[in-house]
Amino acid sequence: MARRPRPLTAAGLAAAGLVAALVLGSLAAVASRAQIGPGAGLGPGDWGAVRFTLWQAAVSAAVSVALAVPVARALARRRFPGRGLLVTLLGAPFILPVIVAILGLLMVFGRAGWVNDALGVAGLPAVSIYGWHGVILANVFFNLPLATRLILQGWLSIPAERFRLAASLGLDRRRAFRLIEAPMLREVLPGSALVIFLICTTSFAVALTLGGGPRATTIELAIYQAFRFDFDLSRAALLALLQLGVTALAGTLALTVAVPDAMGAGLGRPLVRWDRGPVWGDGLAICLAALFLLAPLAALLLRGGPALAGLPASVWVAAGRSTAVALGSALLCLGLGLAIAVAAQRMGGRRARGVELAGMLGLAASPLVLGTGLFIMLYPFVRPDRLALPVTALVNATMALPFALRALVPAVARIERDYGRLADSLGLGGLARLRRLLLPRLARPLGFAGGLAAALSMGDLGVIALFADAQSATLPLQLYRLMGAYRMDEAAGAAVLLLGLSLLAFWIFDRGGRVDADA
Amino acid sequence: MRQTQTPKPPARASFRHGVAGPMAIAAGLMAAQHATAQDRPVLDVYTYDSFVTEWGPGPAMEQAFESTCACDLRFTAMGDGAALLARLELEGARTDADVVLGLDTNLMAEARETGLLSPSGVSGIDWTLPVDWQDDIFVPYDWGYFAFVHRTDFDAPENFRALAEGDASIVIQDPRSSTPGLGLLLWVKQAYGDEAPVIWESLSDNIVTVTPGWSEAYNLFLEGEADMVLSYTTSPAYHLIAEDDAGFAAARFDEGHYLQVEVAAAVASSDTPGLAQDFLSFLVSDAAQSILPTTNWMYPAVMPQAGLPDGFDVLIDPGKALLVPPEESPQVTREALSEWLAALGR
Repeated sequence: MARRPRPLTAAGLAAAGLVAALVLGSLAAVASRAQIGPGAGLGPGDWGAVRFTLWQAAVSAAVSVALAVPVARALARRRFPGRGLLVTLLGAPFILPVIVAILGLLMVFGRAGWVNDALGVAGLPAVSIYGWHGVILANVFFNLPLATRLILQGWLSIPAERFRLAASLGLDRRRAFRLIEAPMLREVLPGSALVIFLICTTSFAVALTLGGGPRATTIELAIYQAFRFDFDLSRAALLALLQLGVTALAGTLALTVAVPDAMGAGLGRPLVRWDRGPVWGDGLAICLAALFLLAPLAALLLRGGPALAGLPASVWVAAGRSTAVALGSALLCLGLGLAIAVAAQRMGGRRARGVELAGMLGLAASPLVLGTGLFIMLYPFVRPDRLALPVTALVNATMALPFALRALVPAVARIERDYGRLADSLGLGGLARLRRLLLPRLARPLGFAGGLAAALSMGDLGVIALFADAQSATLPLQLYRLMGAYRMDEAAGAAVLLLGLSLLAFWIFDRGGRVDADA
Repeated sequence: MRQTQTPKPPARASFRHGVAGPMAIAAGLMAAQHATAQDRPVLDVYTYDSFVTEWGPGPAMEQAFESTCACDLRFTAMGDGAALLARLELEGARTDADVVLGLDTNLMAEARETGLLSPSGVSGIDWTLPVDWQDDIFVPYDWGYFAFVHRTDFDAPENFRALAEGDASIVIQDPRSSTPGLGLLLWVKQAYGDEAPVIWESLSDNIVTVTPGWSEAYNLFLEGEADMVLSYTTSPAYHLIAEDDAGFAAARFDEGHYLQVEVAAAVASSDTPGLAQDFLSFLVSDAAQSILPTTNWMYPAVMPQAGLPDGFDVLIDPGKALLVPPEESPQVTREALSEWLAALGR
């Protein structure tokens, strides 16, 4: 590599450093306030939590990705009216606040849900959602959409010329898959599985609520216990460190397994497929996924829709606040993500992996430790509740960053591989390269990542609960407050509003990224 | 239910003198803010989240107290009582808090041990608590019993044994992340002592699931996921008063019911200690106590002159109040939690 020192690389390093400082700094801040007592160290219960956390996360990731492949393939090679809308809607579960999604699931799969009603009518015994299978079901419900979208991105990135060539060479479906699609999957699947694995390691509400009891204790819940029960900050920090360690290990593994494809450049012409196979297979995959993902949303809509008109003004104000936070978070996330993706591509090799891993840390951080650590760091300088909204936007951006990286890193790598030499020979560097080469070709992953970040931020309860005062509640917090005040109908209405806003935010960004594209 | 409060006008709004134009108004507002900050001391009250919402007691209390104190009452909210205590410990003596409001009997010992709290100055009150109250630091402001709430068409069991033997389904909260969950843990422990693990083991097939917090559990119950939910004896009063729905009841258990007393305390490092004590006195006055029942849905610590609101008269009377003495609470809690984890963790 003979290029001169580049400002874009420096920006990427700075971005990765910021995320790492945020995550590790907050952890160190919590640890610094710990008093070493007799309770220090981890007990057998904690190791049980570690085992359960890893197990449920691994199974959930594997199942989500396995199910997402046929769905993504079906969506990639079929065109039908409403496809764009369906793709957006299918993404909805991922951006819902946990409790809302769980309630939606329970309206369908719960004791008094649609499935059991139908089974009862048919004279069949009821099924219970509670237990380890419920945890997996919920995790798949949350993450199948993400897996599908990430894999779909992979499919859409295969140049149309490959399929044209395969058709003219008379390759059958199996061989076309092996030569064209399998290498793409090999690049995309490990990263997708890793992201889902990470999401599942830091959540505790899903595992606890549907797991049926303390058998389903995750590391995050153990951290809660350390905070609330024992106010044992050293144990909380230790557990958070363990969570980070596990993540780093899993991350290294997944990024090692992933092999960059060598698909070559295309001309970006519309995709035509000659190897699609029978319609019923794809149709079935799409219908089943839609049924599984959309039925709980429909249940939520039916439940909360009527209350929408009567929502108190405070809910609308909170919605406005959430929208602002979501917007800020999305822009911040895109800036960080783009910088890291470009830097990772330019450095290559092990250092690139390090930068990328640093960017993934946000997902592995315990939200409770992150929030508390930030609190400890800010407290000497400023009343933390004054910064509630900016801090929330920053933390949300950090947490959405891994998803943005999953979309941006392969895309930047591909662009540089395909057009880098041309750009070099034209002397395109620095900002000009960013503006003329990268940004136009990155529009789609940028739109996707921005939409995801905005939607995730909209639905995140996270740190705001640690920082908010009475006057700065976001929509998810206001939703919880409604529930805490027995106002379940209005809470359901607020959930519908939240769902709508999240989808709208996602749709606007995602559309924006596709204005001149065909999909 | 009370209406949402509109923000009060600034103390000295200079535009009432007839000065027109946006600049003048902006300048006036700034002057007003400045004047507020300078003239009126600020009382910082740390409390839990549901206290400060438009449906909670916060807005009405703020208005009532500010009308007498010539001060600015400012609420800062945390998730719940345990989060409140953790926040106080994190901030230490540098805290801005003048009063903490929303700890309970289970958190008192740990809160006292921090050394961050100071005597309340409140004494000689005729408490309407089910237990004797003697404490120089903590001022009780409301209380309630934990209970299993069910719909009136459900035939509820009369104690834990009957519940465990029957096939009633319940949804409870995790004691590690929820105050009612912790209440249930101590309820069983206080009622059954060394037998508590046996009770928990036999209850395990009645428990549909364990949620992180009260809201999730109550929502699950309302959606029909379980016959009963762990909540408060006062929950049916909410449905009756606010929703005009008489379809809910609390199951009376003959072991007695576990008591939760919510308390407030003055912070030793306060820059307005007199005002903090004034607020604590206000908290047990008729003005504040009459606000609590239908906003916090708990019993008042001092009976208001007007008595309890209609709808509270039909609630069950547990007869026997169970409470782990506050100073023993940390020890008992730790023991009960490890029993609970062992019994349900299989």
